Amino acid sequence: MEAIAGVAGNTHDVSRSQFRGRAKKPSERVIEVLLVLSGLISVFTTAGILYTLAAETFAFFEHVSILEFVTSTEWTPLFADKHFGILPLVAGTVLTSGIAIAVALPFGLMAAIYLSEFAPSWARRALKPTLELLAGVPTIVYGYFALVFVTPLLQKVMPSLSGFNALSAGLVMGIMIIPMISSLSEDALASVSNSLREAAYGLGSTKLSAIFRVVVPAATSGVAASVILAASRAIGETMIVAIAAGQQPRFTLDPRVPIETMTTYIVQISMGDVPTGTVEYRTIFAVGSTLFLMTFVMNVFSQRLARKFRER
Amino acid sequence: MGRSIRRADNGRAKLYERIFVAMCIGAVLLPAITLLGLLLSLLSDGLPRLSWDFFTSFPSRKAELAGILPSAVGTLYLMALTAVIALPLGVGAAIYLEEYGRKRKLATIIEINIANLAGVPSVIYGLLGLGLFVRTLGMGRSLIAGACTLALLVLPVVVVASREALRTVPMGTREACLALGATRWQTIRQVVLPQSLPGVLTGCILAVSRAMGETAPLVLVGALSYVTFLPDGLDAPFSALPIQIFNWVSRPQPAFLVNAAAAIVVLLGMMLVLNAIAVVVRDRMQMKLGRPA
Repeated sequence: MEAIAGVAGNTHDVSRSQFRGRAKKPSERVIEVLLVLSGLISVFTTAGILYTLAAETFAFFEHVSILEFVTSTEWTPLFADKHFGILPLVAGTVLTSGIAIAVALPFGLMAAIYLSEFAPSWARRALKPTLELLAGVPTIVYGYFALVFVTPLLQKVMPSLSGFNALSAGLVMGIMIIPMISSLSEDALASVSNSLREAAYGLGSTKLSAIFRVVVPAATSGVAASVILAASRAIGETMIVAIAAGQQPRFTLDPRVPIETMTTYIVQISMGDVPTGTVEYRTIFAVGSTLFLMTFVMNVFSQRLARKFRER
Repeated sequence: MGRSIRRADNGRAKLYERIFVAMCIGAVLLPAITLLGLLLSLLSDGLPRLSWDFFTSFPSRKAELAGILPSAVGTLYLMALTAVIALPLGVGAAIYLEEYGRKRKLATIIEINIANLAGVPSVIYGLLGLGLFVRTLGMGRSLIAGACTLALLVLPVVVVASREALRTVPMGTREACLALGATRWQTIRQVVLPQSLPGVLTGCILAVSRAMGETAPLVLVGALSYVTFLPDGLDAPFSALPIQIFNWVSRPQPAFLVNAAAAIVVLLGMMLVLNAIAVVVRDRMQMKLGRPA
């Protein structure tokens, strides 16, 4: 046991003022430094991500003009006739994420309204863990589900649907992100003060009109935060689209044909044997930077909105 | 007249409300039913394929001879390494933020970083692993590079869970300990950490369970899908279950899809076991501490 009496008090805020200036034990200092360092790992990680992406992306733009990257509608870095326009990959990403949000927004919002305004407490206790379970299923399992189960099912209704398509990948991704929208939206709805609901009832509104004219509008910033966060997750989602949406960069918004998302492209290239230092190798970092920028902006925006409703 | 109109409106409002609630319940049940359907179709496709040979065989060009030995062993090694790396770093960061860093500028910077890192897509962590661990630090396409990448990926989960666990220890307990003359670190090590251990461990197990299903970062770090040996060191090439599943799903022959379903059943089974352990650990330790579970 270390000597205790000598250092009593000077390590704690309550009595710090009394003992200020007395040196801390060296072993305590070492431990504090170690703790700070493990905290700093997160800062190093951020710096590492930014540096890795930036270094290879700048090297990429020494060979390819930024103008071509953001305006060309052809993405053929592996062909003899190389084109480096990221728009087809962005279109694929926007398409699958758009389908996902189109599914997840109505279902997630309705689930949130039910859980916050109608559900008896036993139902809430049973449903919330079930929804959380969905978020714990690895995305590769959803990918298998989309390819083996959903696509054949949809092909029975839509014979023109290709074996790889944006539609079934987007639908499955939508189901996957329902819990994200419902849980954050439910927090937002529950944080709306009861006096607002009572005021609405007092003015003679029914429960439904109170929900749609008062509670949901009052929770808009929280609901929007949840949708943006879910969209950012959908944009960065990799395995579902890599398995079920195809690997053909195509500048289209047709959900029935194979497309390629930014994430799929990164995975596709790193499965092959592309040597370091080539332009092909650097494309995945350029695409990664684009992806990182998009998700980062959305996450920050979502955090801002979420803070807004929490402050209230 | 006024009264009758109001009553009719009331009846209609009640009807609309019922219809709406029914729709809402449908919205909640859709994901749950999907999950159930997914599990049932996996079990019916995959369970018949699960034989002893499936666990003890190496991958093969013939689907019926292929097995998951190297990928399952790879996943076990990866998870052990990931836990060994992420646990001390995550708990250390949580202790700093909760016990030392209150109101310090550095702590705020770290908090903002952790919040942002939690939203970074896992494929970007893969790019970090490829650029930093595989290339710059020269680890190559090895087990340790994969584990480092996964550890960074789940670090925010460990930190958040550990902070919550530390916060459940009442301030009065710390003050009592300090008043007895213990130093700050003695208080943390002998009083605060033991009391928050159930929460910390639960968080770590859940983080490992999340890492177990990650596929994209491992593809980027260079995990192999066709391995005919078991990893024999930290710098050895490796495979992992999700990688094997991805490889089988990507093949056109239906027999490989059956293998994929069987491997998914194994993967989900392993995750289920981890989660069950987390629940047991939490309950046991809470009983030991004399708190109601």
